[in-house]
Amino acid sequence: MADNHILEMRDINKEFPGVKALQNVTFQVFNGEIHAICGENGAGKSTLMKVLSGVHPAGSYTGEIVYAGEPCHFKTIRDSERRGIVIIHQELALSPYLSIAENIFLGNERAKAGIIDWRKTTAQAVDLLEQVGLHENPNLRVVDIGVGKQQLVEIAKALSKDVKLLILDEPTAALNDDDSEHLLALMRQLREQGITCIMISHKLGEIMDIADTTTIIRDGRTIETFSMRGPDVTVDRIIRGMVGRPLDNRFPEHEPKIGPEILRIEDWTVHHPIDNERVIVDGANLTVNAGEIVGLAGLMGAGRTELAMSLFGQTYGSGISGAVYKNGQRIETKTVTQAIHHGLAYASEDRKRYGLNLIQTVKENITSAGLHQLARAGVIEVDAEAGVAETYRKDLNIRTPSVEVPAGKLSGGNQQKVVLAKWIYTDPDVLILDEPTRGIDVGAKYEIYAIIDRLADSGKGILVISSELPELIGVCDRIYTLSDGRITGCLDRAAATQEALMRLMTQTTDEEAETHA
Amino acid sequence: MTDQSGLMAAVDDSPKGGGLRALLGENLRQYGIMLALVLIVIFFAVWTDGRILMPNNLWTLVQQNAYVLILALGMLMVIIAGHIDLSVGSVVAFIGGVVGWLMFTYPFWHSHWYLAVGVGLGLGLIVGVWQGFWVAFVRIPAFVVTLAGMLLFRGLAQIVASRTMAGFEHGFNQIAGGSLPNFLGFAANPLNFLFKAGSPFGQDFDVVTLVLGLAGIAAIVITTLRSRQSQLQHNLTVESRTVMVIRLGVIGLAIFLITAVLSMNLIGGTPIVLVIVGALIFIYSFVTSRTTFGRHVYAVGGNRNAALLSGVKTARVDFLLFVNMGLLAAVAAIVTTSRAGAAVAAAGQNYELDAIASCFIGGTAVSGGIGKVGGAMVGALIMGVLNMGLSIRGIDANTQMAIKGLVLLLAVAFDLVSKRRSGVS
Repeated sequence: MADNHILEMRDINKEFPGVKALQNVTFQVFNGEIHAICGENGAGKSTLMKVLSGVHPAGSYTGEIVYAGEPCHFKTIRDSERRGIVIIHQELALSPYLSIAENIFLGNERAKAGIIDWRKTTAQAVDLLEQVGLHENPNLRVVDIGVGKQQLVEIAKALSKDVKLLILDEPTAALNDDDSEHLLALMRQLREQGITCIMISHKLGEIMDIADTTTIIRDGRTIETFSMRGPDVTVDRIIRGMVGRPLDNRFPEHEPKIGPEILRIEDWTVHHPIDNERVIVDGANLTVNAGEIVGLAGLMGAGRTELAMSLFGQTYGSGISGAVYKNGQRIETKTVTQAIHHGLAYASEDRKRYGLNLIQTVKENITSAGLHQLARAGVIEVDAEAGVAETYRKDLNIRTPSVEVPAGKLSGGNQQKVVLAKWIYTDPDVLILDEPTRGIDVGAKYEIYAIIDRLADSGKGILVISSELPELIGVCDRIYTLSDGRITGCLDRAAATQEALMRLMTQTTDEEAETHA
Repeated sequence: MTDQSGLMAAVDDSPKGGGLRALLGENLRQYGIMLALVLIVIFFAVWTDGRILMPNNLWTLVQQNAYVLILALGMLMVIIAGHIDLSVGSVVAFIGGVVGWLMFTYPFWHSHWYLAVGVGLGLGLIVGVWQGFWVAFVRIPAFVVTLAGMLLFRGLAQIVASRTMAGFEHGFNQIAGGSLPNFLGFAANPLNFLFKAGSPFGQDFDVVTLVLGLAGIAAIVITTLRSRQSQLQHNLTVESRTVMVIRLGVIGLAIFLITAVLSMNLIGGTPIVLVIVGALIFIYSFVTSRTTFGRHVYAVGGNRNAALLSGVKTARVDFLLFVNMGLLAAVAAIVTTSRAGAAVAAAGQNYELDAIASCFIGGTAVSGGIGKVGGAMVGALIMGVLNMGLSIRGIDANTQMAIKGLVLLLAVAFDLVSKRRSGVS
């Protein structure tokens, strides 16, 4: 059987500063199969595929890759593509204002001495489009066709490079049902032509449908690989493998003092900011009580951040509808100013892009959202401002030589405390914390959890968005699950196990219909 | 206090060393640019046999460069917020043209020249509203909006000032050409025995100028001491006493020398335009460092997304910045027209580039978010001294331009390289 493997990756280890992304990963793929990789956000799936395709060059990881019987040391994507390995990323890598044909042959132009042979380009593009079942004029600009068709262009591009091993990262995440169906059919057709596919997906239904073999990765390790033809393979089995991260984070003891409802969202629907047809959040209902820490769990692309940002001054999305109630009163949160005025705060998952001004000082960051409290007729009371910053530095234990240091000089955990200080200073009633401990070390995480508990005890409502299920289970009193833009469940702390959450997080619309029937 | 995590402070350095280095690193850039100015002045003082330091030349330096200082104040904030304004030179010509045309054509405006000045300032606001609208609300890049403005207002200037219009009221010409009246008399120069009779350095002192200069020094000393005191109160790290005393000493001495030389000026005392520029520098230092608006400008330039998510009305900030730039362009237009004593369509040529260069030489970050009024002013003075020194030595204008180009390039290169080394990404 061993000769029938097109790919073997052995003992792959890959480290990023401070993180072991992959540890002794072993991964084997049979020739001509569709092989699914499952795992939670951040489990290491994409990293493994980047190691394989040369995005992370040979030398930056340890371990062996044997492809088509030969050991490989890819330094760049081009090296792996030359051998017929093509990766299609979740974020499509097409140039929007070039035509379909130009995109298919980008970097691989049908040209002689640098002069493009347009007749050949068009003729071959038509052939390739025929193969992937896309009936469009190859001279159309890519920006003018939908995401589903763009995905097909990517595959046509892969075929133009004589692909033997095609890697698809979340290929259907952005597609509607019809386009997804079409794509899955195409993958089956490619399998018949002898092309091997590796597919990373959160949609377990699809995996059940199409995959021949599944490998589960968790915390940078291979958990198991099994054939999908086995008798006992169910969605539950995959879920069991995916979850069960060790509960190695410690959490402060906390006895919640839950008060009356403070925030309620009804029928909250959000559309994609550019593709107005696409529903990102679909009729979400959610409540947060005073003193309560509520979690929001969901896999990548489920719409968690989008829900939060659309709520916070409509900073995401278009065609937003639904109602927000604060203490039972309907409120408008159409601008950030309105949202802050009504006592909402949102600490972004991306500190560097949305949370902080890294070149401004710690002090200026802390006061940036509540600056009006320090100003009289537009003039800042600088003494008072320094005092405020100093207070938060002590109170939240922000480790910095001085509050006059640029925020960019602080470690991740301390930067996160600066973000929290900034929002606490606005004295909000509801804090939405999006991945509050992403990229920070265990000790700082504990401190963040303690701050969250303190905020809840002071009567504020907290909504925590996190990819780490143990974290949600550890800090939250109640957890909502979001799948594909829909709230699929709400579990109390007692009922919230990783498995139960993951089942709800991977529930698709069809299954929901079945359970209701 | 028990440290739950047992973590060491995860900052680059231990608090003390990091604080000291951070303070010095920040100030080194400021001191560096000042030092560069001093060195350039000394260089030219030697090279021109002291002629550049003559009272009349100092007077001319102020007069010649007032427009850059004024425009750089607005440009600084525009650049900090991540924009650029290419139109200010044309706006100067346009507004100067309109004001000149009014005073030249109508006796009423001729005699009520101060009302014409008011019209000019109002027109500056309108121009600012126009450009601010496109940048802030239609969200067209400022580069494009002001490139269009550059053509638009130059065209309008040529229509309004199709011929040179000269011969304005004395009062109007005094704006850039006059001095404060000498109502406090003269003080004897205690050092005049050192100089030959008739030497420009042996003149008596104009008391008004001396008083203004001393008041300026006192203001700087008092504000420095007060801010130091409040920082100490809040347990913030402050510069060491020695550094402060040296710094104040150098600044005080510099202002005193300038004041003394200016007060010996045969034309007479403190230029009015210096008072205007001084007041504007004071106002804009305050606006950038002490007001919410100023803070928002830095926030928008440093990270627009984060500013937006912190509730900063970024569009409003952008809009007001251009309105302000329009107003300052109007002030520059009036100073320029007054100095020339005439309105011409070709006025203000390349002014935008001078203002932009001043900001960059003065340490304003090309990518926005960083910059200080003091830096931009010193940057403008470096250009001004270069101009004057090279002119005194009879270097032709083309070579001067080439030299200024190289200075600009080197200043920004120095800035970027030193920033990269200090590792603030």
